Amino acid sequence: MPFCQKLPGRYIQTNFVWFISFFILSIFPALVFSRDTPQPPTQVQAFDTPSDAGKSITVQWGKSSDDGEGLNNVVLYEVLRSTSPEGEYTKVGDSPRGTTEYVDNSAKDKIPYYYKIRALSKTSFSDSPPGAAVVSSPQWFKKERLNALIVVLVLSLGIIYFIQKASKGKEMFVRKIAAIEAVDEAVGRATEMGKKVYFIPGIYDMDSMQTVAAVTILGHVAKRVAEYEAKLEVPNCYALVMVACRETVKQAYLNAGRPDSYSDDMIYYITQDQFGYTAAVSGLFVREKPAAIFLQGHFFAESLVLAETGNSVGAIQIAGTAQPTQLPFFVAACDYTLIGEELFAASAYLSKNPKLLGSLKGQDLGKLLMMIAIILGSILESLGILHLAKWFTYQ
Amino acid sequence: MRREIPILIAIVVGFVYVIQFFVPHAPFDKFQNWGNDWIQIIAGFAIILGVLNLLKVSLEKVYKKSKGWGYAVIIIIGFLIMTGAGLFFSGGKNYQNPGTPFYYIFFNIYFPLNATMFAILAFFVASASYRAFRARNKEATLLLLAAIFLMLGRTPLGDYLSAGLPTGWQLKNISDWIMDFPQTAGQRAIMIGIALGIISTSLRVITGLERTFVGGE
Repeated sequence: MPFCQKLPGRYIQTNFVWFISFFILSIFPALVFSRDTPQPPTQVQAFDTPSDAGKSITVQWGKSSDDGEGLNNVVLYEVLRSTSPEGEYTKVGDSPRGTTEYVDNSAKDKIPYYYKIRALSKTSFSDSPPGAAVVSSPQWFKKERLNALIVVLVLSLGIIYFIQKASKGKEMFVRKIAAIEAVDEAVGRATEMGKKVYFIPGIYDMDSMQTVAAVTILGHVAKRVAEYEAKLEVPNCYALVMVACRETVKQAYLNAGRPDSYSDDMIYYITQDQFGYTAAVSGLFVREKPAAIFLQGHFFAESLVLAETGNSVGAIQIAGTAQPTQLPFFVAACDYTLIGEELFAASAYLSKNPKLLGSLKGQDLGKLLMMIAIILGSILESLGILHLAKWFTYQ
Repeated sequence: MRREIPILIAIVVGFVYVIQFFVPHAPFDKFQNWGNDWIQIIAGFAIILGVLNLLKVSLEKVYKKSKGWGYAVIIIIGFLIMTGAGLFFSGGKNYQNPGTPFYYIFFNIYFPLNATMFAILAFFVASASYRAFRARNKEATLLLLAAIFLMLGRTPLGDYLSAGLPTGWQLKNISDWIMDFPQTAGQRAIMIGIALGIISTSLRVITGLERTFVGGE
């Protein structure tokens, strides 16, 4: 029978029914068994968060096989918690896809908890089996900081040992620091020229150790200024620093036997704004043309603006900071610079107090130990032994 | 007592802060937050002290017609305008919200002025570099050479000039070497010195040896 020949109606109808039935049956398994339910996360582990004050449990899990691969339909993990393995689990937090850790900070100490992780797709979810019970408790020591404690203790004991030695009368040799030796020269110059000495204690508050160091240096500079009968001005960025500077300068003038020369107006507040302060101080430099400028403490981008302005008015400038990024600017623009540790040593050096000088010797011991550690570490690293370098890793 | 109490506070707070760095257990875990709260509270009161001092000094300058008293007038006017705009002319909104006079002044006057001061830095970098890179002695010459390699190595011109050289001698790689080795070594040495200096100074403060910062000898 030729294909194009017209077929009887019943024949076509019967075949059509067969065809539809066959089609439905063939796609039925695909319709019934297609899934959006993601595979559950695996290996749920919970443990007491280490080195904390308690009330915290860290939960870790293996990703669902549909997270980043497979159906790739996981959108979120939910962290579920219960006090019994078969009990009711409640959500305590969630974590984005691709993650495998959550820190539960809502736990109570001494209560056993069970955790499940729920992988969610847009329309469905699946839960992991619960992990083992875990109890949170506070710890008394941050184990990962043991190395820091040992280093601090060794250095502190070294410093205390040398302070004790110095207080018993042992003379301590401290190398000359040119920037500190130049303090007398700078103040003397201001006296001869009849111009002011400006002291800028950085742009940070008293919670910076550099500001504390700057204020201690100010005490010694102020004493010299009082002795030489020069004029001192201290514009401040923070009111607390202003108060500390006032107390320090007042005492310095008293120690120099010239309390009558002191006035609160010498030390004043300008603004906490970085560039507002910079503009004001630069303006003062340009108008007053001081003979000596001390830039000591915590500086940022304003360091070069201040130092270059001071340089342009011909002032002798002694800078000091422990900000490595600002040191090149000070070195380039100032006559003398206290580099890093010298800023902290300056007060002890200027005071000539044997106990304070002893602390500098202790600092040197620390440097010696660091040098030994660096040389030893370099040798061991070269030999492929990495333990020493790892031990020095700070957490 | 005026000096002893601040020293005592420094000693106690210093030791507590050291302990809380190593001990996570209560009550030490709270100390850092308490300390930060106290700093905020004290700083809040201190700002009043600072503002009052600024106004006192400026008003005195204007009253006595001291040198530069015109600048003091600008400070007082600026202070009054900003405070007035923030306190009384925000139309019931938060003074920091867009549309308030404070917001307008902040973004159209204060902000450009601040940016201008920061931008001036570029000119100061040029003048300081000119002085620093003069080959006056051996060290300055080394600095100059390092700077030339570094600046050329960080620009397309450096790549172009040294394209024909072996990889290790190309300016980009030389500048990377300068940054990765001599520069990093020097900076780390300074950082170690600073850390030791901070430990030493902190010890002097918390053992009461260093008293200059509270007006002691």
